[in-house]
Amino acid sequence: MTRRVAITGIGAVTPLGVGASALHKRWAAGESGIEDGLGRCSGFEPTDHLTRRQVRRTDRFTQLALVAAGEAISQAGLDEAPYDRAEIGSVMGTGIGGLSTIESEHILLREKGQRAVSPHCVPQMMANSAAGALAIEHDLRGQCYGTVSACAAGAHALGTGARMVQHGDAIACVAGGAEAAITDLAVAAFAEMGATSPTGISRPFDRRRDGFVMGEGAGVMVLEDSEMAELRGAEILGYLTGYGATADAHHMTAPEPTGDGAARAIRKALADAEVEPGRLAYVNAHGTSTPLNDRAETEALKTAFGELAPAIPTSSTKSSIGHLLGAAGAVEGVATLQALRAKTAPPTLNLEEPDEDLDLDYVPLEARKLSVNGHPAIGISNSFGFGGHNAVICMEAAA
Amino acid sequence: MTTATKDQVSERVISALVEFGEEPENVKPDSRFEDLDIDSLDLVELAQVIEDEYKIEVTDADMDRIATVQDVVDFVAERQS
Repeated sequence: MTRRVAITGIGAVTPLGVGASALHKRWAAGESGIEDGLGRCSGFEPTDHLTRRQVRRTDRFTQLALVAAGEAISQAGLDEAPYDRAEIGSVMGTGIGGLSTIESEHILLREKGQRAVSPHCVPQMMANSAAGALAIEHDLRGQCYGTVSACAAGAHALGTGARMVQHGDAIACVAGGAEAAITDLAVAAFAEMGATSPTGISRPFDRRRDGFVMGEGAGVMVLEDSEMAELRGAEILGYLTGYGATADAHHMTAPEPTGDGAARAIRKALADAEVEPGRLAYVNAHGTSTPLNDRAETEALKTAFGELAPAIPTSSTKSSIGHLLGAAGAVEGVATLQALRAKTAPPTLNLEEPDEDLDLDYVPLEARKLSVNGHPAIGISNSFGFGGHNAVICMEAAA
Repeated sequence: MTTATKDQVSERVISALVEFGEEPENVKPDSRFEDLDIDSLDLVELAQVIEDEYKIEVTDADMDRIATVQDVVDFVAERQS
């Protein structure tokens, strides 16, 4: 018998601002957090939220994680929950980890030698340092680790966190993803491989799309055994009901063109949630704005849903905030839950010229009310990563 | 290079500890590092600051014998003399 996984807290720091609510409200209003071709969290000032000591000893991706987690944990009341702290886990995904630390310390090494390298370099650059920092800050003594699967890392973290709770390995798990990789090296590297948009415009599914726009941020959920959450009187926002993950086993960066791996992950998530495609009110697409992803993802949705595919509103958060890499799956999970709770599909921005065969309902330009026929809204969030990783989560809004 | 006075060294060490995150009012010349929120990584960084600032070598063994701000001041004075 597995346990039902309630979502009792959500948090986000994104280019649309600090807080999960800014993400939903501003995206639903059609606003964009992208400036000069980058999705920076320009409104995020670490010292507004963290101590000087914390800021000095953490990379930016961990700072974003700490603030998003702080919001989710505060909403859930998890710091005050009557649980053995050894029964609370933490899993944080990231694509790269502390990249700005690696770059700046490498410059010091080259210019001044080994003795100039900070003793804090390793704990700041480790990809698992966000998970470790969360555990220390909130005294979470259960399982704790990072997931590393490029742009699927945040979704893998939510999925494995849900499994931890389902199987009773933890009463609750703080799970999400964080990324702060807008650095000279990463911007150059993504540009040179042809992944990012030379025009700096994120327009998923549009005929003119030419690559993704890099973003940064963090998204976190508190996942909790629903019976225990009810017992302590926590407000339940929704449920993480299904998780499916697969590999393309095809190419390190190109998606398998038929979308087979992605379609299998979608089907697995639905089967895990015991949900038929006809019950889906909303799909939060991976929707990167790259020529290859948006085509393969459309194929995958058609394969997974058959003739129902064009009837399910499907939109891309990346059109508003860019691609948050290892944070994307978690931030988009938070965005999806809020869309389901508000029964509103926020729009795919900048989608003005449809592409041939990309003929699903991508909710172009304007938000749309979701039709749920009196049921709690159910939706999925897709995440796919370089390496051929596919991870899909299914969620249901609380009634 | 002119030799730093004890007051200057003391001031520099205190400012480093404050930069590490200590509250200024908590750091006194006789403050023991173990009573402050200063850990082993901070002490390595402090050694780097001393080396850089006063052009003297600081070994792990030297740091093992340093427990307070005043210890650092005395250590620097000894090496500079």
